[in-house]
Amino acid sequence: MSKRPEHQAPPEIFYNEDEARKYTQNSRIMEIQAQMTERCLELLLLPEDTPCLLLDIGCGSGLSGTVLEENGHMWIGMDISPAMLDVGRERETEGDVVLSDMGEGVPFRAGCFDGAVSVSALQWLFNADKKSHKPVKRLYQFFSSLYASLSRSARAVFQFYPENETQMELLTSQAMKAGFYGGVVVDYPNSAKAKKFFLVLMTGGSAPLPQALGTDESDNLQIKYAKREATKNIRGKPVKNTRAWIIEKKERRRKQGKETKADTKYTGRKRSGRF
Amino acid sequence: MLTSKCLKGVMTGYPLAINATNIKVTEVDFNPEFITRVIPKLDWEVLWTAANSIGHGEGLPKILEPKYEDNEELLKKVHRVLLEVEIEEGNLTCPESGRQFPISKGIPNMLLTEAEVQ
Repeated sequence: MSKRPEHQAPPEIFYNEDEARKYTQNSRIMEIQAQMTERCLELLLLPEDTPCLLLDIGCGSGLSGTVLEENGHMWIGMDISPAMLDVGRERETEGDVVLSDMGEGVPFRAGCFDGAVSVSALQWLFNADKKSHKPVKRLYQFFSSLYASLSRSARAVFQFYPENETQMELLTSQAMKAGFYGGVVVDYPNSAKAKKFFLVLMTGGSAPLPQALGTDESDNLQIKYAKREATKNIRGKPVKNTRAWIIEKKERRRKQGKETKADTKYTGRKRSGRF
Repeated sequence: MLTSKCLKGVMTGYPLAINATNIKVTEVDFNPEFITRVIPKLDWEVLWTAANSIGHGEGLPKILEPKYEDNEELLKKVHRVLLEVEIEEGNLTCPESGRQFPISKGIPNMLLTEAEVQ
């Protein structure tokens, strides 16, 4: 069986009390969630120093909400799992929460939010957990009601884990159908682990998509070039534990967006005998 | 600000009538800037009716004067109604279909049954 939680059970059942508690006590998950929310906020491009009213879709126990609070915003969350919301209540988060299924639409008045964020929730919409569920229809219902509840020129940023290309295409096409502009920003596309997908949607007029982390224009050119190089000296791979090998490895880590020390004249040198 | 618009055959689905059985008041930091930004998004009449229906409407004027930004008294009252008064138990009723959404532990349950989805 696959490791993806959305393959195991519907969200309101998968996130039961045990799972909700586990999720909120795991410091690694907490850290990742906080990081991703920070990045979402960055992509939202909210006006500086003005407290905004944000919608958190799939807020869960309010891990992402805490980050929004720290940045001085007010938030209202919606989630389908009562257990997660209960844990959120115990954590005494400031935002108000609503028990609601995003596939049924966003139950808020038109134009009341300055922006929407969602961390690791959108992929659940691809499941048909009940007989009556039709993912495409639910996606459209979700995006169109979200479009209505956002104020003009607001943005919505979703971090999500797509399974394949088709899902991503379906997602963007449904969002466009609902009236949004935007697309998917991929952070650290060269890394398997740090790679993150953000769907950035805009309500008013199209603007260029923000630059993803870990990619540069020059980088893309380099990759093309590097490919040719790589085929040329495929047998000439640097010998292990040499300076060239270390530098190549560090370069690879940098492309994956991992923390890497700078190359200096000391890189790959032996320690002197005194040590 | 909730609506029952997602229900089948409901056009506006706003405002939801509030029927509270248990109300809690908590202290929240006052942020005048935020309140000023939120007021234009509200339907003032609806807020007034809602606040009165749960008995926390004292001091709120029925009609909003245009220069509310400078009126700190008013902003403080709006802040109280919007952020500090919480309905712990009760229910919300849709004005058109009469469907009730229960509120428990301060969380309104907006889940629909299969037949109600559009």
